[in-house]
Amino acid sequence: MGQREGAAGLTTHAPQAAQAVTLPTTLDEAVAALTAVPAAVPVAGGTDLMAAVNSGQLRPAALVGLGRISEIRGWQYLDGHALLGAGLTHARMGRPDFAALIPALAAAARAAGPPHIRNAGTLGGNIASAAPTGDALPVLAALEATLIVAGPGGARREIPVSHLLAGMDMLRAGELIGFVRVPLLHAPQVFLKATGRTGPGRAVASVALVLDPARRGVRCAVGAIAPMPLRPLDAEQWVAGLIDWDNNRALVPEALSAFGEYVAAACIPDAALAEDGSVAPLPPAVLHLRRTVAALARRALGRALS
Amino acid sequence: MSNEAATAQAAQAAEAAPAPEPLPHGIGASLPPADARAKTEGTFPYAADLWAEGLLWAAVLRSPHPHARILSIDTTHAREMPGVRAVVTHEDIPGRPLHGRGTADRPVFASEVVRHHGEPIAAVAADHPDTARMAAAAVIVEYEVLDPVTDPEQAFEAEPLHPDGNLIRHIPLRHGDPEAAGEIVVEGLYRIGRQDPAPIGAEAGLAVPRPDGGVELYLASTDPHADRDAAAAAFGLEPERVKVVVTGVPGATADREDQGFQLPLGLLALRTGCPVKLTATREESFLGHVHRHPTLLRYRHHADGEGRLVKVEAQILLDAGAYADTSSEALAAAVAFACGPYVVPNAFIEGWAVRTNNPPSGHVRGEGAMQVCAAYEAQMDKIAKKLGLDPAEVRLRNALATGDVLPTGQTVTCPAPVAELLQAVRDFPLPPLPKDTSEDEWLLPGGPEGAGEPGAVRRGVGYGVGMVHMLGAEGADEVSTATVKVHDGVATVLCAAVETGQGFTTLARQIVQETLGIDEVHVAPVDTDQPPAGAGCRGRHTWVSGGAVERAAKMVRTQLLQPLAHKFGMSTELLQITDGKITSYDGVLSTTVTEALDGKELWATAQCRPHPTEPLNETGQGDAFVGMAFCAIRAVVDVDIEIGSIRVVELAVAQDVGRVLNPTQLAARIEAGVTQGVGIALTENLRTPRGIVRHPDLTGYALPTALDAPDIRIVRLVEERDVVAPFGAKAVSAVPVVTSPAAVASAVRAATGRPVNRLPIRPQAAVVTERG
Repeated sequence: MGQREGAAGLTTHAPQAAQAVTLPTTLDEAVAALTAVPAAVPVAGGTDLMAAVNSGQLRPAALVGLGRISEIRGWQYLDGHALLGAGLTHARMGRPDFAALIPALAAAARAAGPPHIRNAGTLGGNIASAAPTGDALPVLAALEATLIVAGPGGARREIPVSHLLAGMDMLRAGELIGFVRVPLLHAPQVFLKATGRTGPGRAVASVALVLDPARRGVRCAVGAIAPMPLRPLDAEQWVAGLIDWDNNRALVPEALSAFGEYVAAACIPDAALAEDGSVAPLPPAVLHLRRTVAALARRALGRALS
Repeated sequence: MSNEAATAQAAQAAEAAPAPEPLPHGIGASLPPADARAKTEGTFPYAADLWAEGLLWAAVLRSPHPHARILSIDTTHAREMPGVRAVVTHEDIPGRPLHGRGTADRPVFASEVVRHHGEPIAAVAADHPDTARMAAAAVIVEYEVLDPVTDPEQAFEAEPLHPDGNLIRHIPLRHGDPEAAGEIVVEGLYRIGRQDPAPIGAEAGLAVPRPDGGVELYLASTDPHADRDAAAAAFGLEPERVKVVVTGVPGATADREDQGFQLPLGLLALRTGCPVKLTATREESFLGHVHRHPTLLRYRHHADGEGRLVKVEAQILLDAGAYADTSSEALAAAVAFACGPYVVPNAFIEGWAVRTNNPPSGHVRGEGAMQVCAAYEAQMDKIAKKLGLDPAEVRLRNALATGDVLPTGQTVTCPAPVAELLQAVRDFPLPPLPKDTSEDEWLLPGGPEGAGEPGAVRRGVGYGVGMVHMLGAEGADEVSTATVKVHDGVATVLCAAVETGQGFTTLARQIVQETLGIDEVHVAPVDTDQPPAGAGCRGRHTWVSGGAVERAAKMVRTQLLQPLAHKFGMSTELLQITDGKITSYDGVLSTTVTEALDGKELWATAQCRPHPTEPLNETGQGDAFVGMAFCAIRAVVDVDIEIGSIRVVELAVAQDVGRVLNPTQLAARIEAGVTQGVGIALTENLRTPRGIVRHPDLTGYALPTALDAPDIRIVRLVEERDVVAPFGAKAVSAVPVVTSPAAVASAVRAATGRPVNRLPIRPQAAVVTERG
């Protein structure tokens, strides 16, 4: 996710005393710096990267700090979309003005760790480190966000966030995530996260659910239970067909429960049929995870439609 | 004006500001700790801050396997690396190759076999910490990997993992009539996980060689003399040539220091002739120090139709891990307190502590007593359910009192106000239901921004009553020595009792203030040139070190007052010291302490040693404990019964404290203990599948945060003085740790109707699937 500026603390740990740290002020300068030193590592909030450096797991030959690139620290509007800078911190995204625009992303940002992590960690870092438990990822998947990637020579290309997370389209040498394009849906969105404790913790499972009234769609993504967020497309279509989009959207509790079960079964399927036609029962911990996903999806839909 | 000058002036102004309130002093006052300011401002020096000119950095190579035979160790490459000054293995230990608290059965460096994941094999000193780590990684060890024994139940049948065998101790306690039977019988099987003490600040230390061939070890040790003796034995030196200097201890709820880390440190300093520093990473800390014993308990309680206990049968199996450490003492506590603070006429308890290839277990406060408390309190809930009685009522009908007999045959002679504690927590008003407060203020299970839904939340109320023993048991010689010096109106205490956060230095100041009427009291730093004071655990410093300080202070008082008393023809008892003034009972004499001292320096040294105890015999009988402390907790929890997330809303605590010596510190100790117990109940479990420690970091090992800590209400402190203890005070830190996990489990049981027989409580154990 990023770094404290300058990473000056390094010198006390690393034998290679002279750490090359570049602090570009524009996205293209940053790309140029990365291209010039292929071994350089970009760093924004540093909440993952610098922990790895401090524990000796990572010894980057050079760092490119992204903290001074003001163009990626805010957001702008573009054709019914919001263009979010990759350097937006979780703390910034959690604020009410942002929550009015993209409520689920704001909720995920508020749930992402303790305050000092939220103050440093960035949206772009959450995508780049692509940890299964990254809280912003299921929201971006549900929103079908698109990444705008800056490349050498001022090049810009677009990658759907799910393609990057699935490894279908990777960042190339010298490329940086510059912006994230997210549709402005003007409809309820929910992000729910189950953790092991009351205090900040990594998600055991999370569900992001957004309504798209213009396209009469429900989009849902389940995070933390697989290496990338999972989309239960059949369940989405089925439930979108049940909703009366022009009037009161509420559904009966049975439909909400069925949606939850549908999502959970799609994301955590039963074991394959054995040769004799029997199905091995899921282990208790997996069953519990499936129940948790079902409860989260049911609650998320209920809240979005209420 | 420079910034610095401005700050300095501001600081002066702040200091000169209004006339300060007279500071609290003496016994019973909330004297603040002397180092509180430095600690909050970050200027307090901890062991990790130590520095010496020309120091080398050490790193330890640890075994990646839980069980393996070592075929060869090749240090050539490591030695040849530039910057490496020394590499030591088992071949380089000049003295005793074994160490260990309690039992010396643990090699300093593994030589033929490794018995747990993380066991030290070699250590390196180099001119840079990274070089040292790389060199340690460059030591080539050839292993023949063996099947680990990780299930304690398998340990009985398995090949011996150690020359001492796999059975560390067996106590078959027999008390009363084996044929006795009750009208109802309840049974249960319980499992307790592995808690790590996870001390604030991982282990760190500095070793400095001395010109005489000895070595000085600067450590955050909690038992400096034992650590010194272990080091001297391993180095083949007389104890006088090894000195342990205690640096700032960041906090300890257990034997925080791993000797397996101290010994390589000293060895490397002796080898290289240079100061050597070692700072453990959190991962090494998790691998190195001892944990709470994972325990398997099987219980059968017999009770009559009124819920009165008739007989308790239990089997208790402690997983000691690879080495014995203090498992024998933990087992004694587990067996002796297996029935809890209840009157049980017939008890048959089998306890075993066995060796496995899991990480070693040892002293973590409330060891033994905590595990059984979770089990016997679950049994009490079962009896209540079976008889349709209130859980608190069943406990009250069986409550232990002074004069009752424990299953070990020991008569409880100290105050045991169990019923009073229980009544206090039961009668305390319940916290308001969330429906009475605004929904925004309702912190649901799962936390703020969590997934909690009010409709799925059930509230439960449960009880836990626990007991611990104080001081070492079974004949341990618990002695402490303290010196009090008075000069120039200032008193100094010298005592090797280490301040681990338990508040000893504050208490020592209070004792001297109380006895000598001198407000300015300093407590000298601790090193092993002072006489031993023992380990800081089981309330021993409040008792024996506090007692020694009091005696020494009284001796100084006599020296101070004797000449005056003689001059005025009265006994010293008729003189009184308050606020630095000496007055006689009739008011005729009035002088100040400074005048009475007349430039003299007064010294006195005293010892405190409680009455002796005896080991448990072959049927688990004996007066093994000096004293006991009790606690009752009522827990209120909210459970999201669909997801299984749990939030402890409130813990109401009533505790038997003997006497309140420092109200603020006492409350802090209870709050800390209760919270540590919440960790055991809900999240803290160091997982070791196949003997490999998983997630040895503070992300994977979830300690309670401020949001996880419940409202802690101290509803009653029973001050019934224990006549044999100095000041009548009891140990306060351990018993809340023992009791709160049981109370939380009991409340989750009440909320969900599920059995909850395993700690920490897994979410799937708190889910109610069939709604009805």
